[in-house]
Amino acid sequence: MLAFIIRRLLQAVIVMLTVALIAFTLFRFVGDPVNMMVGIETTAEERAQLRQDLGLNDPIPIQFARFVANAARLNFGNSYQFKTPVIDLIADRFPATMELAFASAIFSLLIGIPMGVYTALHRRSWRSNIFLAASLIGISLPTFLIGILLIFLFPVTLGVLPSFGRGEVLRLGFWTTGLLTTSGLKALILPAITLGLFQMTLIMRLVRGEMLEVLRTDYIKFARARGLSDRAVNFGHALKNTLVPVMTIAGLQLGSIIAFALITESVFQWPGMGLLFLKAVQNVDIPIMSAYLLLVAFIFVTINLIVDILYAVVDPRIRIDASATA
Amino acid sequence: MTTAAETPPEVLMRRPSRLKAILDSDLIYSFLRSRVTIAAAIVTLVIVLGAVFAPYIAPKNPYDLTQISILDSNNPPIWMEGGQAPYVLGTDDQGRDVFSTILYGSRQSLAIGLMATVLAGILGISLGLIAGYAGGTTDAFIMRAADVQSTFPAILIAMLIDGTSRALFGEQRNEQIVFWVMVLSIGLSFWVQYARTVRGSTLVEKSKDYVLAARLIGIAPMKILFRHVLPNVVGPVLVIATINLALAIITEATLSFLGLGLPPTQPSLGTLIQIGQKYLFAGEWWIAIFPGITLAALVLAVNLLGDWLRDALNPKLR
Repeated sequence: MLAFIIRRLLQAVIVMLTVALIAFTLFRFVGDPVNMMVGIETTAEERAQLRQDLGLNDPIPIQFARFVANAARLNFGNSYQFKTPVIDLIADRFPATMELAFASAIFSLLIGIPMGVYTALHRRSWRSNIFLAASLIGISLPTFLIGILLIFLFPVTLGVLPSFGRGEVLRLGFWTTGLLTTSGLKALILPAITLGLFQMTLIMRLVRGEMLEVLRTDYIKFARARGLSDRAVNFGHALKNTLVPVMTIAGLQLGSIIAFALITESVFQWPGMGLLFLKAVQNVDIPIMSAYLLLVAFIFVTINLIVDILYAVVDPRIRIDASATA
Repeated sequence: MTTAAETPPEVLMRRPSRLKAILDSDLIYSFLRSRVTIAAAIVTLVIVLGAVFAPYIAPKNPYDLTQISILDSNNPPIWMEGGQAPYVLGTDDQGRDVFSTILYGSRQSLAIGLMATVLAGILGISLGLIAGYAGGTTDAFIMRAADVQSTFPAILIAMLIDGTSRALFGEQRNEQIVFWVMVLSIGLSFWVQYARTVRGSTLVEKSKDYVLAARLIGIAPMKILFRHVLPNVVGPVLVIATINLALAIITEATLSFLGLGLPPTQPSLGTLIQIGQKYLFAGEWWIAIFPGITLAALVLAVNLLGDWLRDALNPKLR
């Protein structure tokens, strides 16, 4: 088990280093960092001095090592646009994105699982067909279009719910939250639905597929033969066994929710990390771009790692497989 | 597999014509059986034809500044109060006919989507073939690169490539460059799935007798790969390509919507929706909603075609 964890950790480190290399290449070779930092009136000597101070004259491998060491200490340098440390900018917007991501993850689970169970248990009913057709539309509609349609429907036509921003936020230490005020909660509804709709359809289809598989197995037939109630069979036995793969996918999807949040944030002008990254891409603010890249990669790799390890804990076959191939 | 030359003449005579063979095939049979698929094909065909023949169909040319009058801006569709004759679906903020702009916009969206899919396909198939056939370090290197890339959602990679191009070209990014940057950034973000699938099938094909025979008589590896192995692994690739076309169109629209794609002077469907979003609150919904419906219909139809193709080509489901 320990060997398995160490091997997976090593893989994760290699992935992170590769991403760091891409981020470093961006920072170092796309545009000149010195030109980006100084004004037009800076003299050549001052530029040379800055170049020396930043260590841009050192050999490239040393520069890369320094970049990685700084990144590990969360030092990503200053933003070209705002002239303030990138990490402060990101820390400022991190809570907004996290609250949005978790709200939509909870939304997609709370609606997606019951819909999946229903469509699996009542395969031929007209409601199931409607759910399935709706899920196909949910997969086909681009996120931003869903957001625009929701804005058109609720704030514009019906005049309910805000269409942009986070509402009132409270500051709890370093964390700003919109979950404790009415306007904050109201502002969260539409963005969370927009972001969660795609995951919801995904989870619904997954639960349906898994449920249909499980319902065909012998132990379910046996449970029915023992005379257990439908309720006990469907929920006590079938659903329980469905949830392991569902939880895995849901965990892995959390990473893409955080990354995809940037589209929703742009539609609803939600002040999160994604909006910061988008503005950075538009203004070629490379320190923010590379920091965001590393952060998203870190979140992805960490979630993957946790899911893999949990899987190995739950399912011993994976451990044996892994050590057999090694 | 027998060719016509080897077949005895009496069998040849009883053979149905090629057209009949196509019409009798499983693919066409399952196509004609599914009403949803036929509807999807019709929708796709209508949008594609509209896009291809946009210059002949569109009542106005949205790129021709002499045909645009700012006085006609933000007109509602023709059936609403204030709607005017040539503008069936109304006009946008610059006085461009929404219907014509949708036709021209679909042209951009489809062109970028198709080219990006082809690029991703060529890249992914080649890398998959090489990885599967060469094995060893080459295989490990290509597949680890695929692993790293699949750590990121495609849209992020596309955004990153787009941002890099901004830094490299500076402000002189003209429309021609933007078009190819979009193709490149979307194409480069979708190759992984092709590579994985093709590598898997190549591993199976490589140990078959025909490959061994080809190697024995000394055919060059590249020729074996592309002339002999490729035709045998291309089936599942078609399905991926269809689904990826829908994804590429969505990605292009999203990038354009985020202001990273095609500029308002040469809009795609995504750009049009972005322009229209600003006027949604003023009640001028038609600028965003009609391109939105077109985009949704196109993506849904292509997805349905992909679903059908997957089921029809999968012998397990028959």
